Amino acid sequence: MKLIRTCREVTELALRAEDMRLSVGERLAVRLHLPICKACTRFQAQLALMRRASAQWRRYSEQAED
Amino acid sequence: MTSADFSSQLETLRPQLLKYARLQLRNEAWAEDAVSETLLAALEKPQAFAGQSQLKTWLVGVLRHKLVDQIRRNCREMSLTAEDGEDLDELMFKPDGHWAETPADWGDPEQTLRQVEFMRVLEACVEQLPGQQGRLFMMREWLELDSTEICKVLGISSTNLWVMLHRARLRLRDCLQAHWFSSGQAS
Repeated sequence: MKLIRTCREVTELALRAEDMRLSVGERLAVRLHLPICKACTRFQAQLALMRRASAQWRRYSEQAED
Repeated sequence: MTSADFSSQLETLRPQLLKYARLQLRNEAWAEDAVSETLLAALEKPQAFAGQSQLKTWLVGVLRHKLVDQIRRNCREMSLTAEDGEDLDELMFKPDGHWAETPADWGDPEQTLRQVEFMRVLEACVEQLPGQQGRLFMMREWLELDSTEICKVLGISSTNLWVMLHRARLRLRDCLQAHWFSSGQAS
C-alpha cells in the first residue's frame, strides 16, 4: 500500500469517494496528501460544492416554479 | 377543485416533468411515456391534493418511480456514445501526476448556492453530458439510487459505473468553470 500518492491518484480517489466507500488505506493516503497540496484541496472544495448543488437542484425540482 | 381546473394544473406542470424525464432518459418517446404514466396516476386521485405545490411534489415522486421503470424496460437500448468514451484525465495532469492547471478557487459555496441562476447553469451542464454519463449521473444524483442498485438495474459492473461517473463529474466541473465561475456570473 502506497502512502504517498500523486495529485492524479488523489483526484481519482476523491471522485470515487463520491459514489463508493474508500478503503481505510485510501482514506489515509488522501488525508496525508491534502494538507500539503493546495490544488487538490481546491478540487475537493469544488466536488463538495457540486455535491451540495446537486442536492439543492433535486429539492428545487420538486417545488412549484413561479 | 373541478376536473377542468385539475387538468389545467397538470397541463401547467407537464413541461417541467418532461424536462427531468428527458434529462434522465435521453429519449423523447420514453420520456413522454414516463410523464403520461405519472399524469394518469394523478388523475386517479384528483381530490388528494391541496394545491399546486403539493401536487408537484407528489408528481415528481411518482415520476421518479416511472423513470426507474422506463430504465429497466429499455436498458438494453441505452448504449454508449463516442463522447462517453472520452477521457479528460490525460489533459488535466502532467505525466508526473501533477495538475497541468491548478483548480480555480470557487469561492464561498453559500454565496453560489443562493442563486437560482446557478441552478439553471447546473441544469444546462447536466443536459450537455454525453448520453450514458448523463443517465448515470441523474440516476445517482436526481433519483438518488445507490451504486449497487444502479449496477443491478443496468447490468453493468461497478468499475464501469465508476469510470462513467468519474468522467461525468469532471465534465460537469469543466462546464461550471466555463459557464459560471469564469464567466463573471459568479459575483
